[in-house]
Amino acid sequence: MSLILRKKASYLVRLYSTKPPLTTLKSESQQMEKILIANRGEIACRIMRSAKRLGIKTVAVYSDVDKESLHVKSADEAVYIGPPQARLSYLNSSNIIQAAEKTGAQAIHPGYGFLSESAEFAQLCEDEGLTFIGPPASAIRDMGDKSASKRIMGAAGVPLVPGYHGDEQDIGLMKSEADKIGYPVLIKPTHGGGGKGMRIVQSPRDFVDSFLGAQREAAASFGVNTILLEKYITKPRHIEVQVFGDKHGNVIHLYERDCSVQRRHQKIIEEAPAPNINSDFRSHLGEAAVSAAKAVNYHNAGTVEFIVDTVSGEFYFMEMNTRLQVEHPVTEMIVGQDLVEWQIRIANGEPLQMNQSQVPLIGHAFEARIYAENVPKGFLPATGTLHHYCPVQVSASVRVETGVAQGDSVSMHYDPMIAKLVVHGENRGAALIKLKDCLSKFQVAGLPTNIDFLLKLANHSAFGNGNVETHFIENYKDDLFIDPDNATLAENSSSALIYGSSIVAACIYEKQLARSRLNAPRPLSIWYSRPTFRLNHCARTMIELECEDDGGVCDSACLQLGITCLPDGKYLVEIPEAKSPGLEIQLTHLGNDAYQVEIGGVSRRVTLAVYVKDESEHIHIWHGPDHYHFKQKLGNERSDSDDGGTLHKSNSDETSHPPGTVVAPMAGLVVKVLVKDSARVEEGQPIIVLEAMKMEHVVKAPNSGQIHGLHVTTGRQVFDGTVLFTVKSLKSALRLMIIHRWPSTATIIVSYLYNLFVPCVRLQSIWSVMTREIWKLTLDYNESWAMMAILLVHGLTRISLRWHAIQLRTKIPPTISYTP
Amino acid sequence: MMKRLIRRNRGLWSSAIIADSLDRSSESYGRNSDAMDALLSKLESLTSKVMGGGSPEAVERNKRRNKLMPRDRIYRLMDPAASFLELSQLAGHDEALLSGGLVTGIGPVHGRLCMFVANDPTVKGGTYYPITVKKHLRAQEIAAHCSLPCLYLVDSGGAFLPKQSQVFPDKEHFGRIFYNQAVMSSQGIPQIALVLGSCTAGGAYIPAMADQSVMVKGNGTIFLAGPPLVKAATGEEVSPEDLGGAAVHCKTSGVSDYFAQDELHALSIGRNIVKNLHMSGILNTQHVSADYKEPLYDVHELRAIAPTDFKQSFDIRSVIARLVDGSEFDEFKKLYGTTLVTGFARIHGQPVGIIGNNGVLLNESAVKGAHFIELCAQRHIPLIFLQNITGFMVGSKSEANGIAKSGAKMVMAVSCAKVPKITIVIGGSFGAGNYAMCGRAYSPNFMFFWPNARISVMGGTQAAGVLTQIEKANKKKGGIQWTKEEEEKFSAEIVEAYDREGSAFYSTARLWDDGIIDPADTRKVLAFCLSASTNRMPESTKYGIFRM
Repeated sequence: MSLILRKKASYLVRLYSTKPPLTTLKSESQQMEKILIANRGEIACRIMRSAKRLGIKTVAVYSDVDKESLHVKSADEAVYIGPPQARLSYLNSSNIIQAAEKTGAQAIHPGYGFLSESAEFAQLCEDEGLTFIGPPASAIRDMGDKSASKRIMGAAGVPLVPGYHGDEQDIGLMKSEADKIGYPVLIKPTHGGGGKGMRIVQSPRDFVDSFLGAQREAAASFGVNTILLEKYITKPRHIEVQVFGDKHGNVIHLYERDCSVQRRHQKIIEEAPAPNINSDFRSHLGEAAVSAAKAVNYHNAGTVEFIVDTVSGEFYFMEMNTRLQVEHPVTEMIVGQDLVEWQIRIANGEPLQMNQSQVPLIGHAFEARIYAENVPKGFLPATGTLHHYCPVQVSASVRVETGVAQGDSVSMHYDPMIAKLVVHGENRGAALIKLKDCLSKFQVAGLPTNIDFLLKLANHSAFGNGNVETHFIENYKDDLFIDPDNATLAENSSSALIYGSSIVAACIYEKQLARSRLNAPRPLSIWYSRPTFRLNHCARTMIELECEDDGGVCDSACLQLGITCLPDGKYLVEIPEAKSPGLEIQLTHLGNDAYQVEIGGVSRRVTLAVYVKDESEHIHIWHGPDHYHFKQKLGNERSDSDDGGTLHKSNSDETSHPPGTVVAPMAGLVVKVLVKDSARVEEGQPIIVLEAMKMEHVVKAPNSGQIHGLHVTTGRQVFDGTVLFTVKSLKSALRLMIIHRWPSTATIIVSYLYNLFVPCVRLQSIWSVMTREIWKLTLDYNESWAMMAILLVHGLTRISLRWHAIQLRTKIPPTISYTP
Repeated sequence: MMKRLIRRNRGLWSSAIIADSLDRSSESYGRNSDAMDALLSKLESLTSKVMGGGSPEAVERNKRRNKLMPRDRIYRLMDPAASFLELSQLAGHDEALLSGGLVTGIGPVHGRLCMFVANDPTVKGGTYYPITVKKHLRAQEIAAHCSLPCLYLVDSGGAFLPKQSQVFPDKEHFGRIFYNQAVMSSQGIPQIALVLGSCTAGGAYIPAMADQSVMVKGNGTIFLAGPPLVKAATGEEVSPEDLGGAAVHCKTSGVSDYFAQDELHALSIGRNIVKNLHMSGILNTQHVSADYKEPLYDVHELRAIAPTDFKQSFDIRSVIARLVDGSEFDEFKKLYGTTLVTGFARIHGQPVGIIGNNGVLLNESAVKGAHFIELCAQRHIPLIFLQNITGFMVGSKSEANGIAKSGAKMVMAVSCAKVPKITIVIGGSFGAGNYAMCGRAYSPNFMFFWPNARISVMGGTQAAGVLTQIEKANKKKGGIQWTKEEEEKFSAEIVEAYDREGSAFYSTARLWDDGIIDPADTRKVLAFCLSASTNRMPESTKYGIFRM
């Protein structure tokens, strides 16, 4: 064990030291001395760290929004490559190649994402005489085409998900194929996607019905009714194998990673090695991965993804990622190697430094991805400023891979990942303890993150047992998301909330006192001493805190807290509503935003983060494993003009839109506008497709009616809360007509009545007024409606005129005359 | 050699530290402490009654109108979490006029000490009773004395008409408020009014006379005559808002300068006004040391030191030891006139001269006192009087020695010394001793009572003795024979009246002081008072004729 630890320590020393490695690079013809990293964020920083250790100079590239970011500051040189949109900067291969030429870089490391899996880019680098630190373009191309890759893999003997992909669609044949595959079977149209037409058939009895149904739906939706069959895996695990090949035909694997815990098909916690598998299975997986890589003449780092059927214990090839993965650090931790260093050495033409039997397997590692995202809103990506960013202390067994610093912002243009937390332990249990500890100490404030959610995941007993599968979050959603109906959980969280908010209240008070003292002249300091003095009674203040719903723990309730300054300097914090006894809190300021808090004889350290956003002061508190986020309205200065009613218009606008208004659920790019303005839509009909980084989000009509104010166009950036369009139902159109167009409505009624009783008066002008008003009024809804209304009113007027003519002749004395 | 020097030095320094002479096991310690506990709980119950404001209905109505209670208004004007020295908290408490319907006190705004005068609309509609007027004038007096900007939080129905004869006509009545405003304004002491409620008739002059005034939309109104009076006088029917609302006065009449959307807005405008005062603030603080030591002994022990039986003597130094920094007290003329203790010390770094009674005032003590006051006045050192005095020594020897002459010297010195003076009555305050020890009539900047303190021209029994003798003589002249019982009853009535009227609670209800304080708070209150008093440039003292 000690040997293992020593090995590990020496590896980390290597990874983090700035000294050159013990074994120097072999001198070959094309030794690289400067590399350009065609990426941003944590991976760019990560690559630069290894490169620096190897004595290689680094060149960063950046877009407009990244000018001040960490990866630019960490590089030796940095080149501007374009506007924020990735398409025009980080995906702009010609600009990147130019940057490399300008700075004299001999190689390009693509990182992950962006151009990392572009065969064209790899080819372009080669053509320009630059080393592409990654696999050959041919391998990227082969593995990039899903059906081609499956064909190659099948030929190489790599297991594939049993299925039928043939053109022959005879129902009898399909049935027998399905029987061959074994139930449950997945029926899937060959074209299309999004789950349309997909069916899971549990038994042979149901096959025919489902098949016909799927065919019909496919024909209706995609115009093609070809169907494919695949084995449906009820409890799948996502296990992938890290492979490495050199340019001399050697390929080895570095064991597997389990990436089953996913949300929205993206991994959030990865671990290596995979839990609950035996070594036989492990070596089978590894061998399959190596043969997969060999089948495409692979070199450099790659990952072969498998889907593992936990019921049958079979595994099948899914795809191969021809790049360094986000989660590569977990592998680095268990094999004690620097994979970026390996990549560079292999790109230099060096052979692999070890053979398969020499690859060590030390302990267990976890990686948790910390994202800026809105967990309760279905993990939607979030944007904002990192007002407080204090990751955990890095050590021999804790790594934090990050590309941001406090004060940076997470923009809508790129991946919202803030950091990767990687921990290592001698076994899974030890690593898990470390993971939980680190997550509870990882402090991010200013934007919503998934840290609390990750912590809940890590604390879940099923996760603790290693019972992971891709439906994990879905299966345990009742435990992971607090259901307000779940009384005990809600109660626990509310008592923890009371505890947290009480400490916050005391800290806020203490902070106010400190701030007041700081701004006052020194001789007056007695007026700002603790406890706040009141003659013959204790000072008592109410503080109103709004609990912000970051992790779905509490509803955004307003808490009224009473703070009493006790004569001994303690604070008594009570929540009148909660009816719980108050807490006596003794505070000691430890500097910055750290406080020593003593309650009931137990003393602990809490950290606060305070920042101002949207006219509110936001206060975060971390105490023990709990993290809470509160908001306090600032006493904002208001104008002294006599029109109080309109002062907060912008504020109220945000919260109370007229019914039917649809706002952007997140900041993002409009990629598709599916209907035209003023079109009629049905409830739930997709209207706009938004994209924020890797995810598409469909904005649907909230109700049936007519679309209004749809002015966004494809390619437009929208912000969280931007009004996208309004759907006006017939009912709401009528209501609007009465509320907003009452002058028109009134004019019509008055002119109609006038016509009725005072005939012959300027018929023409009244008609024109009426027509105009009716037009204005009904145009809001529809043109045809307007026409119909005008005709209707005109008809009525004519009838009434005729009636009046008769009346006039008989009743009204001729002495009364009307002048036109 | 070096070591010895240091030891000697330390010896020199430590000579000023008052030794702990308190006998914690003595009978009087326990008795005093029990008595004090009872008095403090009485004080606490009276205070908590006052804190709640007027009747529940009135408080509820106030809340409905989106108005804060007067103390909350003040706390929101002040720097967050800062301390507030409330004055005459229990004024009018025995006539059910909570705090006299007016909250006054000192607190910092943007690091600048201000005097707050806030009407309590939940107490008799914020109208001015005689005690209200007195309290308002006292707050203004302190403000003028200490050069504190005045913030008037106006929400009052004006003078209480049924008692107009005790409110309106005299010199120290309603009109004096505006006179004070004018005079203070002329002296450069800012006068700021926040009209948070009604401000009718005479009250209308508070914002009108102010340097700057703020009005709240809806709640704030200013008019010389309210709508009913206008209707009676001219027949014009008009709503209060149209007659004298914020819009009228900020847009048309110009009576007010700042328009506030609501009360909180008004208070934030008020804070801004103070921020921009451009007053240099603390002037006389160059000798204040930044770090100071707390007293060596527990201040709470003052509760047990405070005497309940004035016949029993105790060493005033045990009180001083619990008030001054590091319990260090450099005594002046320690061996002469020992019934008066005088000396220099610091409180929260501020140098002070302390004069405390250690028994009846003798000839020498009075002369010593006058000497010490002269010293402090010359050197601009604030004076603190710790009053526990039964009076000057009487008797033929004393008179022959010219006790009246000596007393007059001390009274002359006290009256003329132009330094901040703070009086704490820690025990008895009887007779001419009250004058020499800077009683209310000698305009100390601040004057506080301990709950056990008593004040009267002489002790109850002495007074009863004197009066009974005179009465007896009168009766005798009329040929009436007093029975023993009658005599005792007469005497007991006088004792009882003196007892009642001599109590600190009776005194504070009538504003004969600035409040009752817990002995344990004395050091703090002194520090507050000192920091408020050292707000202005030192003045040089000129005395009258000392009778030699």
